[in-house]
Amino acid sequence: MKRSRIPVTLAVLALVAALLLPDNVPVSAQQNVIKIATQSPLSGGQSTLGVGIKDGAQLCIDQQAARIVTGFRVQLVPFDDQAKPDVGVANAKNLVTDPDILLVVGHLNSGVAIPSSEVYNDNNLAMISPANTNPLITDRGYRVVTRVVGRDDVQGQVGAEFAGKDLKVKSVYIVHDKTAYGQGVAEFFRDNAPKNGIQVLGFEGTEEKANFDPILTPIGARNPGMIYFGGIYDQAGVFFKQARAKGIKALFMGPDGMDSTDLPKIAGQAIVGMHYTTVAGPPAFYPGAAKFIADFKAKYKRDPEPFSAQAYDSCWIGLTALANAIKAAGGKKPTRLQVTNAVRNIKGFKGLTATYSFDAKGDPDPAVYFVIQIVSSDPAKWGQNKLIKTLRIKPPAAKK
Amino acid sequence: MEWDILIRIFPQVLVDGVTLGFVYALIALGYTMVYGVLEMINFAHSEIFVMGAFVGAEVLLIMQASGALGSIPALPLLVIVLAAGMAAAGGLAVAVERVAYRPLRGAPRLVPLISAIGVSFFLQDAIRLTESLWRNAFFLTYPTIAFFDERIRLVATVDISVKSLTLIAVSILMLVGLSLFVGRTKLGKAIRAVAEDQATAGLMGINVNGMISLTFLIGGMMGGAAGALFGVQYGTINPYTGFIPGIKAFTAAVLGGIGNIPGAMLGGVVLGLLESFAASYMSLLSGGAFGAEYKDIFAFSMLILILIFRPRGLLGEVVREKL
Amino acid sequence: MRNSSAAILTIRAVLRRPPVAMVLASVYILGTGALVAGTPRSLPFFLLFIGSLLLLYYLQLPAWFKAVGMGVTLALLMPFFGTRNGFYMEVATQVGIFVALALGLNIVVGLAGLLDLGYVAFYAVGAYTWAIFGSGQLLKSWPQLSGIFPLGGGSPTGTAWFFVFLLVAVAVAAITGLLLGLPVLRLRGDYLAIVTLGFGEMIRVLANNLDHPLNFTNGPIGITPIARPPIGPIQWALGALGIEATPAQIYPVYFYFIVLLVVGIVITVTNRFKNSHIGRAWEAIREDEPAAIAMGVPLVRMKLLAFAAGASFAGAMGVLFSAKQFFINPESFTFLESIGVLTMIILGGMGSIPGAILGATGVTILNLQILKQFSLTLNDWKNAGVTILGYNLANLPPQLEPAKYERMVFGVILVLMMIFRPQGIIPSRRRKMEFEEAALEKEEFAAEVVDTVEPKAE
Repeated sequence: MKRSRIPVTLAVLALVAALLLPDNVPVSAQQNVIKIATQSPLSGGQSTLGVGIKDGAQLCIDQQAARIVTGFRVQLVPFDDQAKPDVGVANAKNLVTDPDILLVVGHLNSGVAIPSSEVYNDNNLAMISPANTNPLITDRGYRVVTRVVGRDDVQGQVGAEFAGKDLKVKSVYIVHDKTAYGQGVAEFFRDNAPKNGIQVLGFEGTEEKANFDPILTPIGARNPGMIYFGGIYDQAGVFFKQARAKGIKALFMGPDGMDSTDLPKIAGQAIVGMHYTTVAGPPAFYPGAAKFIADFKAKYKRDPEPFSAQAYDSCWIGLTALANAIKAAGGKKPTRLQVTNAVRNIKGFKGLTATYSFDAKGDPDPAVYFVIQIVSSDPAKWGQNKLIKTLRIKPPAAKK
Repeated sequence: MEWDILIRIFPQVLVDGVTLGFVYALIALGYTMVYGVLEMINFAHSEIFVMGAFVGAEVLLIMQASGALGSIPALPLLVIVLAAGMAAAGGLAVAVERVAYRPLRGAPRLVPLISAIGVSFFLQDAIRLTESLWRNAFFLTYPTIAFFDERIRLVATVDISVKSLTLIAVSILMLVGLSLFVGRTKLGKAIRAVAEDQATAGLMGINVNGMISLTFLIGGMMGGAAGALFGVQYGTINPYTGFIPGIKAFTAAVLGGIGNIPGAMLGGVVLGLLESFAASYMSLLSGGAFGAEYKDIFAFSMLILILIFRPRGLLGEVVREKL
Repeated sequence: MRNSSAAILTIRAVLRRPPVAMVLASVYILGTGALVAGTPRSLPFFLLFIGSLLLLYYLQLPAWFKAVGMGVTLALLMPFFGTRNGFYMEVATQVGIFVALALGLNIVVGLAGLLDLGYVAFYAVGAYTWAIFGSGQLLKSWPQLSGIFPLGGGSPTGTAWFFVFLLVAVAVAAITGLLLGLPVLRLRGDYLAIVTLGFGEMIRVLANNLDHPLNFTNGPIGITPIARPPIGPIQWALGALGIEATPAQIYPVYFYFIVLLVVGIVITVTNRFKNSHIGRAWEAIREDEPAAIAMGVPLVRMKLLAFAAGASFAGAMGVLFSAKQFFINPESFTFLESIGVLTMIILGGMGSIPGAILGATGVTILNLQILKQFSLTLNDWKNAGVTILGYNLANLPPQLEPAKYERMVFGVILVLMMIFRPQGIIPSRRRKMEFEEAALEKEEFAAEVVDTVEPKAE
């Protein structure tokens, strides 16, 4: 009984081997192929944003790769990090073994990006982040890490300043989603509120996605001038909708996680007139963005997600750096270190949503922050949202 | 500390807690029915709940696209949405049982549990796949129906939305109906007999497989109704929505005494109230040191406490040990 | 049919002869090893190579040969491949971590029969124990402690405190296990399951929220950099051999060996437990609690011991995990993680030690390598425009991106495994007997039912 399983086991193993073998013996590097990997959650609850990142990068490669990078075929290799740190690290270790991969665009979650970038750093593989706003991402001072988005600390500060000085808000209730991103922004908003003459009535986190009644009841009873939500639109939309339904009259505000056409779809009238801060300029400001939205819709039959344009820009910067590195290497395939250095040397790059230069840590310098007001509950009019204020802010030096 | 706020919001929190509690209660019914008959945790029930929510949303969205939404009065609309959600979810539950659980009858208890987890993973992504192909989006938003969003003022500081009231009314109707069905009808008796002893029930000429399918059908329909009501109540759904309510509802079922129908209802309402009060009052009572984020800790601690003193749940009877 | 079974019998008889088996195993290990060495990125060869462990387990070989074979495979060849393809080291290390977790949970669920749905909580306790003390986290909140805890985080050469905390975490996790065990002793079956589920969620929510009012865990932002084990002696030893290696090259292999060592200890401990009166007491409780009490099994002590033993393994692995990752936050300790470990032991075969090991290995490799490889290969085909059955993959709509549906495939595999092999891949002897007995009873019962009911029907 026990013995008879050896042949079976071996047969199964051989079968698996036979199935996977033919396509999978790329022993050495391919001469004329360069691969760009994306890492983001492609399955699970956060996959909308994660797939948005992958699709943005894919669109960029379709449109730009052949134009910018000559002599090589550029391919995208999508990895699903499942929003889990251990999977992200395993993928990172997996993809560094492929010598053709010279660049990573990712991740969505700072919690995954931080341990994974340790691996990239050990292998000199450049990572350009389209979404991670956690200060720790760049504050570790890794040369391989670059991001095209702003930092939670600055965004919270911009929001608080605008609320206090421009909107003359006197009191605020802050709610966040208990993620590194949402809580990060919310904390910096809280810390900067008193300096701008705003009293913080409450500061609360919640992992709740559907039923905000129990949180909203005490908020309503305190009658704040503004509610600030640190989080992403899918949760914020429901929250704001229920808040208005409860008769709460406060102003609403949030960070760049609000920037999605799904927000009006979910929240309807509730969010008309609310403000959000963002590092992605509106289409009117960056004409490239309007074309991007149209192209994205043409290819994927849906609107881009919040970090899709940033993923496009990350990939675009990566391609430009690749081209520079190839040129510097005399037309040969560059090393990862050369690509990493080329990324850091990008100056004044005009992307879809901003003009990028980077400081020594990899933060955009100066980062441009916009305050935007939502004008309509019609998702189709999302592009017409009003640009209220533009701020150019130098990223802070790393805290030690 | 702000005592006046504390007292002022009390009735409102109570109302909201009861509403939430009935959502849990409806989902908990699916767990408790299946558990009562098969002694297995139907882990895929949360996806069956989501199925109901998605079908409900699709019905409303298709009506909206065709312009029929405005012309149908609110109550028939609700009936249509509920019926569609219940039919789809009930059918799915029966299919899942047939494919993934029936072949495992007689295996140790944990085996169907793992199968259920597999089904749950599969269904989540299957729903996502279908919706992505069909609508190119899998976060769906329920269209707003003005009638349900109206709020009725109970007293000066307390109001309740029509949809919450509807939810509570539908839940109570279903719970009572189900209790009567299981307790009074012949089919209900057969189900109870199967739950008691499958082999003997079989010998008595009861179609055991049929009764088990029926159990899944009813549990699934309750889950589907809960899904559609959940969608109307809270607005947005995605294929992974079911996970948290699923865990909570399962907790509620255990809290009330698993396998027990009134227990599921009581457990749901108790859990809903615990959660609501914790979320509303934690921050006030602790002066901001602990906030709403601790509500689950509070709810689960209470659960542990209750189970320490009543190890069979609130209404669970002391069953004989299976020896 | 008869011929083939006769052939199998002959093969079996030949294989039973130790010299033949020894030669076969050696040839297999060295052969697949050579294949992996030649093509370090080929997944099939790597899987075949991993298969040599199964071969060693199943073939009838002298104990010393098995030991040497395992030693060569795991301690020599594997790290060698790891230096050629770093991914293998990562996979092997994660496999090791999950093997230890699965063995720990196997004690609680498989041996003692206490369904624990929040096992990952103990893993989290271990991970945070080291993360809080082994990084700057503690000093951030309590700077006055800087004289007492000389544990700077992220020092490139690591600190020997790591090993101290490996033991501390074992103790802390075991105590946590006792704390959970005490109040829930009276609960049985699914009541226990839901309480452990709640407990697991509570630990995660606590980790997510204990950044205020006092900052212990840094909340969702997580803790980094976490100190690693000391590297000095190893660098010195390698230097003496004339090998220059950077910490980035040493650490993966270093962690692998620590994990290997800990897993070795865990396997030994579990084996000892299982074959002692304690193990028999656990199995007695699992099979029939009232009867066990009647036979004088000290129920309370044994249940608590099961919780504590299971938890302690997870605690040790938590320390390793946090040091290896350099960073932790609560996202690593969700309910799904608990379910994942449970899946491993049930797939492998409940209560069986080789089963838990195989289940953990299988699920981890499936998730990290096979499913990934599968979707990457499909993606390659899509990029290259390969045609299958007349359908050009390049036309695949973006919604059907294979990388998105890895979990769906995993779900299908779980269901199929349970339907076709519900007792697990390597069931424990007792389980197997139960299954055969149950099948027999079912048949007899079915026969009886047919006899008695059939004439009456319709």
